Amino acid sequence: MNIKSLIKILRSPSTATLGSLLVAGFVAGIIFWGGFNTAMEATNTETFCISCHEMKENVYLEYKDTIHYTNRTGVRATCPDCHVPKPWIHKMVRKVQASNELLHKALGTIDTPEKFEEKRLKLAQNVWRSMKSTDSRECRNCHNYESMDFAEQQRRAVTNHSKGLESGETCIDCHKGIAHSLPALYEVDPSAVTGNAGH
Amino acid sequence: MKKSILAGLILMSTSVLIPISAGAGEVNSLRGDTDIDAPSNKVVVKRNISDQAPIARDYVQQPPLIPHKTKGYKINLKFNKCLTCHSWSNYQKAGATKISLTHFTGSDGEEMSNVAPRRYFCNQCHVPQANAKPLVDNSFQPVNVIK
Repeated sequence: MNIKSLIKILRSPSTATLGSLLVAGFVAGIIFWGGFNTAMEATNTETFCISCHEMKENVYLEYKDTIHYTNRTGVRATCPDCHVPKPWIHKMVRKVQASNELLHKALGTIDTPEKFEEKRLKLAQNVWRSMKSTDSRECRNCHNYESMDFAEQQRRAVTNHSKGLESGETCIDCHKGIAHSLPALYEVDPSAVTGNAGH
Repeated sequence: MKKSILAGLILMSTSVLIPISAGAGEVNSLRGDTDIDAPSNKVVVKRNISDQAPIARDYVQQPPLIPHKTKGYKINLKFNKCLTCHSWSNYQKAGATKISLTHFTGSDGEEMSNVAPRRYFCNQCHVPQANAKPLVDNSFQPVNVIK
């Protein structure tokens, strides 16, 4: 069948009843949408993220050492909880941006720990920037400012959270490097590295 | 030659004998008196005190104790988590105690513009606190000036 005859069939009125067309369309819609959503959710799991060694051998190992992996109550935040937005439209945008990550996976941009370490500052700054621009939306899926009871918090936390609330700061402004290692701070904050290292 | 063998034998026998005699009663292992096969005593996990006001020093040269938890705080070549609050650039914003100027002196007495490498590993001297009773009684009293 060539393209012309296919177009001809598609353009000619159907002999089926409107009812059966609607039912068929409805069923096909469920299958397509369901399939699309299932496929997208499958890319939204920790298993999928660490199926690449770049993730598994760098950031995932560091994350396993932190409170978001293991803690008193056993509630765990996995990769997509922090790195993929929950609202549908933002999620789609992020998923489209991820095609850039696929490109760099193919190019092998960070396929050794050394290459990863070299890029760590840049990668971290990308995440910091996007978290800052969304007012730490992904943090707030769980850590809601409105439901925080300052009276239950520790001394240092109360002081800094009240200050932060007043000055309109967002979570990531202070809570950097809580789920992964910080990048080398030579440029960001030289006072937090020894001597004149890196200069 | 014979002498050295004899000396070796004496040394070996004393090194075997000493632990046996010490094991008779007075000294217990951390595991207690339980049999090898028996499950060990219940271990009490000591918790670090999470957050409190600065702790007064007990003697003049004492490195100040850390009055908060430090779990997950890393110190390595690339960053020092403590200094992200306690450095001269950050202490005011963080409301933290600033690192002492003495920590800027290198091992040859040279003054540096940043924390000296030998003073970089904070938890070599500064330690967080747990609710642990002293293992032995201690009647140490601070001098009057810091009481």
